Amino acid sequence: MTAIEKSVTKVRFPSVRGSWHSFTYVDAVLWMLRIGVLAVVILGTIGTLLKGTYGITQWFAFFTFGLTIGGVYALIALGYTMVYGILRLINFAHGDITMTGAFSAFFLARSFDRSGFLDSHPALSMVCLMLLSMAVCTATALIVERICYRPFRHVASLAPLICAIGASFAIQHTFRGMFGNNVRSYPDPEWMKGFIEFAGFSIAVSQIVVLGTALAAMLFLYLIVQKTKMGTAMRAVSEDRDAAALMGIDSNKVIIFTFVLGACMAGIGGVLYCFVYKQIYFFSGFLPGIKAFSAAVLGGIGNIPGAMVGGFFLGVVESIGPPLFLDGIGIPAPYQLRDLIAFTMLVLVLVFRPQGLFGEALSRKRA
Amino acid sequence: MSFDVVASSRIEERRATPWGFVLQTGAQIGLLGVFLTVVGILGMFNKRPVIVGYLTLGYAALGLTFLLAGILIARRRLFPTTAQTLLAGAAAGALGGAITSLLPTVMSFTSLRSVFVSLDNLIYKMLTFGLSAPVGIAALIALATALGFLGALFMELPDRIRRPLAGGLTAATLAGLFQELIRPILANSKTSKPIHDLLYTWTGLTLRGAIIIFLLAAAGMFLWLVNRDRVTAYSNQIPPQRRQRIRWTFFAAALLLATLFPLYAGHFIGQVLLTVGLFTLMGMGLNLEVGIAGLLDLGFVAFYAVGAYATGLLMADSPFALAHLSFWEAMPIAVFCSVIMGIIFGIPVLKVRGDYLAVATMGLGEIVRVIVLSDAAAPLLGGAKGVLQIPRPVIGDLHLNNPVSLFYLTLLASLIAAYAAWRLEESRLGRAWKAIRDDEDVAQALGINLIRVKLLAYGLGAAFAGLAGSIFAVMLGTIYPHSFQLIISINILALIIVGGMGSLPGVALGAIVLIGLPEMLREFGEFRYLFYGVAIVAVMRLKPEGLWPSAAKRREMTIDAETLAVQKGAELTEEKTA
Repeated sequence: MTAIEKSVTKVRFPSVRGSWHSFTYVDAVLWMLRIGVLAVVILGTIGTLLKGTYGITQWFAFFTFGLTIGGVYALIALGYTMVYGILRLINFAHGDITMTGAFSAFFLARSFDRSGFLDSHPALSMVCLMLLSMAVCTATALIVERICYRPFRHVASLAPLICAIGASFAIQHTFRGMFGNNVRSYPDPEWMKGFIEFAGFSIAVSQIVVLGTALAAMLFLYLIVQKTKMGTAMRAVSEDRDAAALMGIDSNKVIIFTFVLGACMAGIGGVLYCFVYKQIYFFSGFLPGIKAFSAAVLGGIGNIPGAMVGGFFLGVVESIGPPLFLDGIGIPAPYQLRDLIAFTMLVLVLVFRPQGLFGEALSRKRA
Repeated sequence: MSFDVVASSRIEERRATPWGFVLQTGAQIGLLGVFLTVVGILGMFNKRPVIVGYLTLGYAALGLTFLLAGILIARRRLFPTTAQTLLAGAAAGALGGAITSLLPTVMSFTSLRSVFVSLDNLIYKMLTFGLSAPVGIAALIALATALGFLGALFMELPDRIRRPLAGGLTAATLAGLFQELIRPILANSKTSKPIHDLLYTWTGLTLRGAIIIFLLAAAGMFLWLVNRDRVTAYSNQIPPQRRQRIRWTFFAAALLLATLFPLYAGHFIGQVLLTVGLFTLMGMGLNLEVGIAGLLDLGFVAFYAVGAYATGLLMADSPFALAHLSFWEAMPIAVFCSVIMGIIFGIPVLKVRGDYLAVATMGLGEIVRVIVLSDAAAPLLGGAKGVLQIPRPVIGDLHLNNPVSLFYLTLLASLIAAYAAWRLEESRLGRAWKAIRDDEDVAQALGINLIRVKLLAYGLGAAFAGLAGSIFAVMLGTIYPHSFQLIISINILALIIVGGMGSLPGVALGAIVLIGLPEMLREFGEFRYLFYGVAIVAVMRLKPEGLWPSAAKRREMTIDAETLAVQKGAELTEEKTA
């Protein structure tokens, strides 16, 4: 990296308190925003708790659903955070890459469902679905990397982001052209429908399956990143690409490996997401994508454990938020505003804490 | 944080051997063919004739794909002799055809329809020319080989023959494609009716018409190429002042013709141009933010929505209406509301930069949409049903109730906006914007008030969108939250990127290419967003300055090219001295 490029990457995101010295009307507005959000949260919580619309079992159900969907967000967020850690760019098409895998797996799931294989061999069929989804996601991610990111690898500009936006729409509408624009309903196997009773609480089997798979995948990824040689190389490249190159690390290989790893996690996440919401269409990648990005930023982008925690955090807040915050201040149909909570969190984090909730030294250095 | 793309990237290019390149190109062309088929573009295009009874757009697209194989091969000049080049072109075409023909081969055994919605019987018939499977597939590969050969041959021809040929083919294709646009204009007046009958039938371009247009265009092009030097020499003799005057006269005449054109062309064209105008208006607003101030804003559609909703609520005959103003009273208020919205939008994201800014503004835009769509805001904004029954604007006794008259309104608004944007760009504020685009920290160090300048960019950019939204509201008469999705923001971003970031004529050109063309070709409509996505990537990769770069950008590029040349020269001399 030349000196100029280095300085460009360094000053990209100044720390929150950096640029403005005196207290201006902008700060006043930002404080009002903070206080307003806090007020909604606190007043809403008090209101809901006083009203007592929901019992403890319902809160537990909200919480477990939040954890489940949070696990999916965490899986997808890993792709954002790893790519950002290495290339310092937002893989804007990652949500759509997730969709490609899940959509392809849909056809396999449908044929499994029709032949009864999905019910007779649950574990094997799930593994097959995941493998197909991972393969398709990996292929798409590598194509996107080759076309949209590699030519701009040494350029500090918005070009790769704009390219990624273009790629995102190209992917969506390619799939729309291939598979049609109607919403397809994912199969709902019998063994996923039950509930498990535990100390007075009941948890859906599907949630346990999703959460367990997500946790297993995350553990697997963590081991790869921490214990294997390639994982060490990845961490080295994300620390300093030039120094890593001097140590004999082929950064090109590492970047490709990162994309593959991220795409595999997205492949698993996409299938799980579809088993939670039971449907897929060409635009389904957008919402989980943007929410997973929020999760990655929440955890401090570039920080792998951070992305996992951020995912769970976002999922839980998104699930508990509407009944807890919005119901209490008397907003009708708070569930329609679930996405609002996710987007608000995204904006608030980007505005107030771009280095993430945990504010680690590592992510601060990158931010 | 500029948009410049450094031409040299430090990834070593592996040089393929000539025949390796042929293999690679053939495979790419084949995959392109498969892609076009699987996505359904080919099938959709096949329904539209270019020459009635002889050529459909689908076959034209497929043919062009294989032609491209030969062109790409011959362009590289990898082979020493012409014969080898032609052979290589044919080989690349054959490989492309073979890969494409895998699809009909598989389809002849089993139906893929249950997975790929567009692989139906029609596309199978098209790919095999309605023949039986082995014969049809062989024919497809043979055609691909021949076209690859022709593509290479085409590139080997001397310039004087090649360019008229290309021009003639393009003209004939355009005449066939836009027959719905051209035919009514020709058929409506008595003087041009014979021309119409010569070239067209009621369904489209005839073979006779295509040949006539091809010959005329090719001959015209040829004559121009032969006489070009003489014409330039003649025009150089004219004193510069007079030359300038002649140029302006031509320009004014062309502008006048273009302005009067919708009056003759009818409502359909009026509607298309109206949409193009609205997007140009919004493009100019986003251009202030992205192109000049460097603030990548993906929530731009929110300002458009505010303009539309404000107009709707102030004018409509509906229970949500706040007032019953006329359009001329409601529009300034709507624009003002958009400006306020822009500033409200801008304040929280003042300190967010680069790609985070893009995502943050996208989040803000989505927040606006979710709120408008929700039941919580339904008593105010009408929820998912939207605001209905917005009356049309009235000037005196004149009701602007058809697309053509609304187009003139938009044109007027666009001209005023373009003037404003042009003056803004050259102003002190415009220079401050460019400074923060190029380097925010340096700009601040130079004493530019970042807060003021950035908020002005958001506010003024929003004003353009508010104006467009206001016209949009009266154009449709009803507004729904679904009209204001993220895709609109991406649309506008795409058009300023394709047109050329920071260039006003570029915005208009981008709107014509990205909005007007897909509106005109009905078949394209389905795939327009795919087309936008591909266009964004292609422009960023191949021509990052856009189709019509601004003058400043062009100057920068020539300077860059000169420095590069000077550096190369210096390297050469160094080598010599060493």
